[in-house]
Amino acid sequence: MKTVSSIPLILAASALLFFAAPGTARAQTDCLACHADAGAQDAAGHSVTIDGAKFHSSIHGVLNCNDCHSTIKEYPHPDKVTPVKCATCHAEQANGLAGSVHSDGAEHPCSSCHGDSHAIFPKEDARSAVYPLNVPRTCGACHGSDAMAKKHGLPNVYPLYMDSIHGFALSKEGLLVAANCQSCHGSHHILSRKNLESATYKSNIPKTCGTCHAGITTDYENGVHGKAVAAGRLGAPVCSDCHTAHAIEQPTADAFRMQSTPICGNCHKDKFSTYRDTFHSQLSSLGGYVETARCWDCHGAHEILPASDPRSPVAPANLVKTCGRCHAGANASFVQYQPHANARNRKLNPALYFVRLFMNLLLAGTLTFFVIHTILWLIRSRYDQIKKKAAKGVQP
Amino acid sequence: MSDLEQAAEASREHSSAKGRFFMRFTRAQRYLHATLFTTFLGLAATGLPMRFSESFWARRFASAVGGFGSIIFFHKLCAVVLTLAFAIHVKDIFTRSWVHREKGIFWGPNSMVANWKDAKDLFGHLRWFVGLGPKPQFGRYAYWEKFDYWAVFWGMIVIGFSGYAMWFAPFFARFLPGWALNAVLVIHSEEGLLAILFIFSIHFVNTHLRPDSFPMDMVVFTGVESEEEFKHKRPQEYEALAAQGKLEARVSEPAPTWLSNFSRVVGTIAILIGLLLLVLTLSAYLRE
Repeated sequence: MKTVSSIPLILAASALLFFAAPGTARAQTDCLACHADAGAQDAAGHSVTIDGAKFHSSIHGVLNCNDCHSTIKEYPHPDKVTPVKCATCHAEQANGLAGSVHSDGAEHPCSSCHGDSHAIFPKEDARSAVYPLNVPRTCGACHGSDAMAKKHGLPNVYPLYMDSIHGFALSKEGLLVAANCQSCHGSHHILSRKNLESATYKSNIPKTCGTCHAGITTDYENGVHGKAVAAGRLGAPVCSDCHTAHAIEQPTADAFRMQSTPICGNCHKDKFSTYRDTFHSQLSSLGGYVETARCWDCHGAHEILPASDPRSPVAPANLVKTCGRCHAGANASFVQYQPHANARNRKLNPALYFVRLFMNLLLAGTLTFFVIHTILWLIRSRYDQIKKKAAKGVQP
Repeated sequence: MSDLEQAAEASREHSSAKGRFFMRFTRAQRYLHATLFTTFLGLAATGLPMRFSESFWARRFASAVGGFGSIIFFHKLCAVVLTLAFAIHVKDIFTRSWVHREKGIFWGPNSMVANWKDAKDLFGHLRWFVGLGPKPQFGRYAYWEKFDYWAVFWGMIVIGFSGYAMWFAPFFARFLPGWALNAVLVIHSEEGLLAILFIFSIHFVNTHLRPDSFPMDMVVFTGVESEEEFKHKRPQEYEALAAQGKLEARVSEPAPTWLSNFSRVVGTIAILIGLLLLVLTLSAYLRE
């Protein structure tokens, strides 16, 4: 019985819509009578032209003009009209925006991101300014300007992002899943990275990146760096400390490998300095030899574990396997090689210390003796030569 | 007198001024030296960028020649050639001394082995430098020449061994302790550096750039030197040969013009490369 009784109700509602629709169209047609004119301008000379067709296809196309322009009741309407308040309907977004870095409504009206307010499309629509593939360009309108970057003390991130692995995935491959600005920063409630609540606050970054890179984030959280950050030691690196925030490169690519060791060296200065004494480093500095061992080839990249942990690739029991990845035939004696030996430290590496001392004394001793010997010889020979020439000159 | 006659007379004067020439180095010895200095220059030019891999010129050079891969390939190539030359030299000494029972290889005036006279010559030479005594009468090989020879000999063994230990590290690790693998790089680079600094400064000056030989001593290229030079540089050997009546047996043709010119070009290039490497090495070393 319930089904039968609801049928007239549906019919009535449909009829209401059917009859209401021409009225709506008429209301907009009335406005467009003036506003469709391509040359329509207000008193200040700004264009007030509306593309009716485009508006109808937009997400707000079902609305009447005065649904938003609610202060306009009659024709002709006054020159100055109250600006439209998007928050009337979009309260949630407005609330989010209120505490964000873009909260200044005068500088950041909704239209600064969503584009022409009469041609707003849903974010799934490729015509939308906030469609994933369009987001970087939309944000880049401000965040790609040196002047703007300078004014606010921010980096000019747009070019960095566009050249990054995310930027390439988005702009070259057209991947909707590629991280765009709002994937990390959010959309309305964007907070400064100094704000504890921000998705880009240091200790929140692993979670933010983990939204997509879940597996890597788990590895990271199991490693020494992840554990340190979780324990509140914010000196330890998070994703962006090694990969950067915007200029992220493919870490397996040659370009990244070639310039990557100083990243770890920023914090691990002593290890970096001793690494630079080794053949591994000499290989890596000279280019064209990207395979040579860099920090994470031995230590791992995300799940970094101390040598005392038996799961660590640099744990004594695993060294033959770890070194053997490059050095075929590596054996127990071979892995006694110390990739971070310090020949200047007598306590840590006594044998190496004395070898270096001996070699240096040999070098300095030999050269000192012969430099003195040869300089004296040169002076004496030249003296004799001049004397001989002078003697010849006297007796023609 | 016409231009041509003038030129002809000048050339006669020039040739008559040459006088007699004496053989000092055999063809085999000259080839050995040529192999030694070309591979040494190659080893130095490829080894220094590795030793000073952080310096701007090392990176420039590396990127110009195709990166580390080509540097190490050329370094190993030169090393193998030099090792072969060294092996041939050692085998030659062995054959001459033990198979042919040739006298005077390990002792006597023509030997490379240091003796009491060398010690006396060294002190005598030092005294002469400061005007405290007469110039010593040097024999076939003076003490600094013997030092050069043994420095190279020792360097060949030390640098060669440490180099091959790195090249075939897993193999050498079978009988070397672990720390030795760290030590070989220190030994190889420090000894290499010593060799480079020594050859490109001390050897160059002692043998080629000093006033008596300036701009270079051609004898190691051509094999012969003039009587005047022989008498001046190695008076003891000259006198001994004259006393024994063996001087005539050593008289030889002067070097053909093409050989002199060729040697001069090759020698100049070698010395210039060496001096350039010396400057780069010193600048990088002092900045370390």
